[in-house]
Amino acid sequence: MVELVVIDRAGAEHKFAAAPGMTLMESIRDQGIYDIKSLCGGSCSCATCHVYVDSGTPLAAMSEDEDDLLDGTSERQANSRLACQITLANGMAPLHVIIAPED
Amino acid sequence: MSTSDVLIVGGGQAGATAAITLRQLGFGGSVTILEATADLPYERPPLSKDYMLGQRAFESCLIRPARFWAEQKIDTLTNAAVATIDPARQQVTLADGRVLGFGKLLWATGGTPRRLTCPGADLSGVFTLHDKADADAIAARLDTPRRAVIIGGGYIGLEMAAVLRKLGHQVTVLEAQERVLARVAGETLSRFIETEHRAHGVEIRLGAQLREFRGLNGAVTAVVLADGMELPADFVVTGIGITPLAAPLLAAGAAGGNGVEVDEFCATSLPGIYAAGDGARHRNRFARDEWVRLESVQNATDQAITAAHAIAGQGKPYEALPWFWSNQYDLRLQSAGLNMGHDATLLRGDPAARSFSVLYLREGRLIALDCVNRTKDYVAGKTLVLNGALLDAARAADGDIPLKEASAG
Repeated sequence: MVELVVIDRAGAEHKFAAAPGMTLMESIRDQGIYDIKSLCGGSCSCATCHVYVDSGTPLAAMSEDEDDLLDGTSERQANSRLACQITLANGMAPLHVIIAPED
Repeated sequence: MSTSDVLIVGGGQAGATAAITLRQLGFGGSVTILEATADLPYERPPLSKDYMLGQRAFESCLIRPARFWAEQKIDTLTNAAVATIDPARQQVTLADGRVLGFGKLLWATGGTPRRLTCPGADLSGVFTLHDKADADAIAARLDTPRRAVIIGGGYIGLEMAAVLRKLGHQVTVLEAQERVLARVAGETLSRFIETEHRAHGVEIRLGAQLREFRGLNGAVTAVVLADGMELPADFVVTGIGITPLAAPLLAAGAAGGNGVEVDEFCATSLPGIYAAGDGARHRNRFARDEWVRLESVQNATDQAITAAHAIAGQGKPYEALPWFWSNQYDLRLQSAGLNMGHDATLLRGDPAARSFSVLYLREGRLIALDCVNRTKDYVAGKTLVLNGALLDAARAADGDIPLKEASAG
């Protein structure tokens, strides 16, 4: 399992563990944190699952499409990612995630 | 009789989003979702993509996990189709005779797939693709290589064709118009998509007029065209659009026809009754305030959010930018804006390089764009459409210049 700390838009902190193989988007959604819309269902076609992620484990590099979609968000930061593009893996260090403001 | 403060008819993208949004807005009243099928709210786009491919489990298509609805005190009644609405008594009657009361009602039933009426259309093996049951019925035929005929070269039909080719089936697409995607896209995109599908082994027949389906023992075996050409078929998938499901609401007196009419707050002409999604005709800011009905996840979601705000007493008008996506093979199609009423188009990039955008302009302003494997243009274009930006046509048509730097003046 991968340990997650997710701060939602109201500032509430959610600590939970999620199964490897899920995407970060799925794990947040399934936790009942409803700030993430993920309208395209995780196909990297929108940017409605924008999060800020910090982790002790380097995350997989982002694709050009993800990079471009993040460029279209108004609140991009250095640690911006689309949660649907991060797959949880065994041995990952805990992820610290803040859900980005809505565009 | 049980009564809900908010009764949501239809547990699709719009219905689910409205319920979630009401709770996000702090609405504490009772909320019930009535869904005609057996399933809790799920995403439909995967049905013609990764769910059909067998690469995605149904559970991961659920808009929220099952326990979410109970946690949020949102009642979900499945197998509950609404037969009639009594707006004066604020009651609905279900197909099974149950009566439910409501304070406010949101109509979010979407549509039902159009069906062919030609001879043989009721044979088994002639499918539509609209819900999970449809997708599962088709998927059950994919265990061994088959000959599939797809009727309709719209997004559903083309996504289905791509999936079937990936799985190794033989595919013919029949399109009545002279190009695929004729209803939604410009010719450049249509021709490109046709070329891609043909390169992947799909046979595309344009201007195809259907005469009948032939069958054996009640199951379809062939599709016959008006010119007598007979195409053998193990199964058929029709993707010829939807008809809005609005009859009970229209019968109750709501203004409409081809869906139900809503104002900028998604309110129908009946007090306390709202509508959102595929069946909600509205004046869209991005269509010069013309009446439109949009069939997209974006519209279903954003109209539901609009309706929820109005129901919660925090009304704000619907003015979301329309956007849409489709995935076929390794193609990423992304569209923004509405291209109806354009007076010029510009091509950026190179279809031969499989990376290009079609820009739709009216009086020099960007009103919509279709992007293929060109997310940068899509992102920049959304902002330009939103702002009604005047384009410098020469710069906009130069794929080497970033689109965001193509405004005039």
